[in-house]
Amino acid sequence: MKSAVIVFPGSNCDRDMAVALREVTGRAPAMVWHRETVLPDVDVIALPGGFSYGDYLRTGAISAQSPIMAAVKRAAEQGRFVLGVCNGFQVLTETGLLPGALMRNAGLDFVCRDVPLTVENTQTAFTSAYKAGETIHIPVAHHDGNYFADTDTLDRIEGEGRVVFRYAEDVNGAQRRIAGIVNETGNVLGMMPHPERAIEVAQGGTDGRRLFEGLVRAFVDA
Amino acid sequence: MISTPDTITPEIVAEHGLTPDEYETILAAMGRTPNLTELGIFSVMWSEHCSYKSSRIHLKTLPTEAPWVICGPGENAGIIDIGDDDAAIFKMESHNHPSFIEPYQGAATGVGGILRDVFTMGARPVANLNALRFGAPDHAKTRHLVAGVVHGIGGYGNCVGVPTVGGEVNFHPAYNGNILVNAMTVGVAKTDKIFYSAAAGIGNPVVYVGSKTGRDGIHGATMASAEFTDDSEEKRPTVQVGDPFTEKLLIEACLELMSSDAIVAIQDMGAAGLTSSSVEMASKGGVGLELNLDAVPCRETGMVPYEMMLSESQERMLMILKPGREAEAEAIFRKWELDFAVIGTVTETGRLVLKFEGQTAADIPLAPLADKAPLYDRPHVETPKRAPLGAVPESADLAADLVKLIGSADIASRRWVWEQYDHMVGADTVQRPGGDSAVVRVHGTRKGLAITTDCTPRYCFADPFEGGKQAVAEAYRNLSAVGATPLAITNCLNFGNPQRPEIMGQFVGCVSGMGAASKALDFPVVSGNVSLYNETNGVGILPTPAIGGVGLLKDYTSSATIAFKAAGEPIWLVGTRAEGHLGQSIWLREIHGREDGPPPPVDLDAERKAGEYVRKLISEGKATAVHDISDGGLLVTIAEMALAGGTGAALEALTTAEAFGEDQGLYVVTAPEDALSGAPVPVKRIGTTGGDAVTVGTTTVTLATLRDAYEGFFPTLMGRDS
Repeated sequence: MKSAVIVFPGSNCDRDMAVALREVTGRAPAMVWHRETVLPDVDVIALPGGFSYGDYLRTGAISAQSPIMAAVKRAAEQGRFVLGVCNGFQVLTETGLLPGALMRNAGLDFVCRDVPLTVENTQTAFTSAYKAGETIHIPVAHHDGNYFADTDTLDRIEGEGRVVFRYAEDVNGAQRRIAGIVNETGNVLGMMPHPERAIEVAQGGTDGRRLFEGLVRAFVDA
Repeated sequence: MISTPDTITPEIVAEHGLTPDEYETILAAMGRTPNLTELGIFSVMWSEHCSYKSSRIHLKTLPTEAPWVICGPGENAGIIDIGDDDAAIFKMESHNHPSFIEPYQGAATGVGGILRDVFTMGARPVANLNALRFGAPDHAKTRHLVAGVVHGIGGYGNCVGVPTVGGEVNFHPAYNGNILVNAMTVGVAKTDKIFYSAAAGIGNPVVYVGSKTGRDGIHGATMASAEFTDDSEEKRPTVQVGDPFTEKLLIEACLELMSSDAIVAIQDMGAAGLTSSSVEMASKGGVGLELNLDAVPCRETGMVPYEMMLSESQERMLMILKPGREAEAEAIFRKWELDFAVIGTVTETGRLVLKFEGQTAADIPLAPLADKAPLYDRPHVETPKRAPLGAVPESADLAADLVKLIGSADIASRRWVWEQYDHMVGADTVQRPGGDSAVVRVHGTRKGLAITTDCTPRYCFADPFEGGKQAVAEAYRNLSAVGATPLAITNCLNFGNPQRPEIMGQFVGCVSGMGAASKALDFPVVSGNVSLYNETNGVGILPTPAIGGVGLLKDYTSSATIAFKAAGEPIWLVGTRAEGHLGQSIWLREIHGREDGPPPPVDLDAERKAGEYVRKLISEGKATAVHDISDGGLLVTIAEMALAGGTGAALEALTTAEAFGEDQGLYVVTAPEDALSGAPVPVKRIGTTGGDAVTVGTTTVTLATLRDAYEGFFPTLMGRDS
C-alpha cells in the first residue's frame, strides 16, 4: 500500500501521520506540499491534523482552497482512499467531500484526552479490522470538533451506515456524538480522534493501529 | 505616539527608566548627547530585564559546568549532551507582567518567546512546560487570570504543534497583584547542527525574517523592569500579540535553512526586539553592524527608527548569512510565506549604525553599551530565621484531613489545565502530565527526556537558602522518580523589588541555596532568566526561583510511574525520615490556617543517595510504582498513587507528623518483598496496596471520596459562572 500525506502551512500532525503509515505499511509515505497540483501514484491520501492557516477564517476553510485539493477531490471521486484526521476532517467538510461542519466545542475549551469510541460500521476498509460495536480508546486534541449537520443529513448518513465512529460519552457536543463519518462510497473517512497517536503501547494504547491495518488488508485482499 | 524632542530632558531620561547616573554613563560612552533613538536603545539594553544589572554578580556563583554541558548560560538557551550526537537545548523564561495585564496574549507570547530561544539554536522543540502562580483562589481576579493564561498557553502551544507536557500551578495571596507565568521549552538537535548568535564575517549580510514589525510591545522590556501600580491596566498597549501560525512557519523555515550551512549566526528578536538581537549578535562577535532601516518590513506606515528598534512584535528572527547565500535562504522563507529582507551588513567598526531615509539615525559604540552596562551589588539583608514551630495538636481524623488536603488548591488535580493543552502532538509523549516528570522520547530512539518544573515558594519565603536548595532537590527527585538521570537545570528567578534590601536578601539566599544543591547533586545550571520588580503597590510576591530540570532515560521503556499497579504489593518508604516536619506544611496551612515555622531542611547527601538508589531500582525493573513525597506529605503521596492506579492501600498507624510532614529526600515505592534487601539507604515497609480505600491504622477513606475531592477543585473554581 502506497500513501501520501498532504502538508499544509500549519499542519502539525503530518510527521505523526507519516510515522504511523510507515510503521504499519512498511513504506514511508510521500509528503506532498499543498501547492502541488499533481498527486503521486498512491492508494491512500492522508490529510493530517494541525492548525492549517492558523484556523483563521474557519478551521480548514483556507486549506480547502489549496491547489492540491483539486487533485485530492478527483482522486476521491476515482475511489482512492482519503483519510482526514482532526484538521484533515475539517478540510474535508470544507471541500464538500464530506457533509456537515465542525463547530467550536460545546464547552468552548480545547480538549486533549483519550476518549472511548464505539465502532459503528466495520464494512469500510478503514474499519474492517475492528469488531462491530467494539469500544476503542483513541486520543482527541481539538478545539473545533463539535460535528453539526441538519437533521435530514444526519438521518441520511445514519441510515446509510456512514457514521463509523461515535463517542461513547459526550466529548464536544457533537450531534449524535458523531466522531467520524465516511462518504457515500466509503472511500473517504473524516474523524476527529487521532488514530496515528495510538500506534504503540508506549503512546498509551494501540487501538488506532488497526485502522491502518484495515487499510493495508484492503490492498492485500484486492 | 512618540514625539521627537529636540533635547533630552531629565524627564525623558526618567521615562526611559534610566537613573541620572546611568544617563551620565551614556553621555560618557557616546561622547555627545544621544538622540532619542540612541537613548531608547541604551534604555532597553540597560533595563533590568535585558542587563541583569541587579542579579549578575550573584548568578555568577552558580555551578554551570559538567562534562555533559555543551553550552552554559549566556546564549539563547543551555545545551547538554544526551549521547549519540544528540543534544537537549532548553530554557525557562518569565512573562509575568504582560500576563497580569492581558493574560491570554501575555501567556501566549511567553510560550512563543521561549520556543524561539530554543529553535534559534537549531533544535526542534519537543516539549513545553509552564510554572504558573496565581493569587488566592477566591480573589476577584484569579479566575479570569487562570482562564486567560491557560487559554493563552493552549492557544499558542497547540497551534505550533509542540506538546505541553507539564509544569506547576500554585495559588497564594502574595500573587494577587502579580501573577507568575514562567514558560519552559526543551528541544533536540544534533550536536554538529547547533547555531550560536555571535555575528562574524565582515561584509556578510544581515537578514530579517518572520513577521513584519509593528508598533506593538514598544517598551515591553522597560515595563517588565518596573513595579506595578493601580494604573498598570493602562500599560496594556505594551503587551505584544502573538501569532502561533506564523511561529509554526518560522520554526519549519528556520530548521529547513539550518539543514544547509548558509547561516553564520542567528538570534530571535525577543525582549527589546531588533535592538537586543542586533546589539547582542554584534557584541558577542566583536564586530559592528550597519542596518538600513528602510528595508525593515513594517506592518504600519510612517514608522520611525525609534519605533522599529523598540518594537517587540513577535515571530521575528535576525540572521547573519554567508555571502552569496541570500537567494537560497529567501526561497525557503518565501515558500513558507514569511517576510525576508536583507537589512544590513556586518562591519569592522564596532559600532551599531542605523540608516534611515538617507540619514544616520543612530551611531552607537557597542563596547561601552555592553561593558559599561550598569552592574549593581545591591544592599541585602539576610532573612531572619523562623522560630521553631513548637507543639501542634495531633490531627483529630487523619482521613478527614487527607480529603481536605487532596482537594486543596495546591494539591488537587490539574487535569482541568492540562486537558486544554495538546500534550501528545509529536506522538512521542510517553509519560503524560500528572506524574512526577513528563517523559518525551527522543524521536526515533529508545531514549527519553524527563522534564519537570519545581519550586516551593512558601519554603523560600520562610528560609530563602533552604528554599533554594529544596527547589533544586525536588527537581532532582522528580526526575529520579521516573528513573531518569538528572543532568541539568534552567531557572526563572521571580522576586520583588531588588532595591529593597530584604527582597535582595531573599534573592541572594535563594541563589546560594540553589548553588549549593546544584553542586552537591551534579545538577548544573545551563540557562535561566531573572524577573524582578514583581510587586504591586510595594507588596512583593513570595520569592519564587522556579527550577526546570531535565534528565535522561537511556531506555524509556524502563521508566516508573506513580500509579499503583496491582493489589497486594508491599509499599516502602525509601530515604531518611526525620522527625516528621510540619513547619510550612500544607497540612498546617489548610487545617490550622498557619504558615509558620521553618521549612523542612534538605540533606543533600541523603537526597543524592536516595535518588541514586531509586533510579537503580527502576532500571533493574524492581520498582512497580514510584512517587516522591512533597506537598502534603506521605499520606497525600499515597492517595495520589492510589487514585492514579485505581487501587487502594492499607498503611500502618501514623502520627500526624508522619502522615503530613513534608520531610525531604523521600520516595514511596512499591516493590516485591525481597527487592529492597541490602538497600544502601533506609527503607521501611509501611503498608500494602489493595482495595478501594486508603486505610491508615483504623481510619479509612474510599477512593471515590478522595477522587471527588481531588478532581473537584479546578472545575468548581473555574465553573463558577459558566
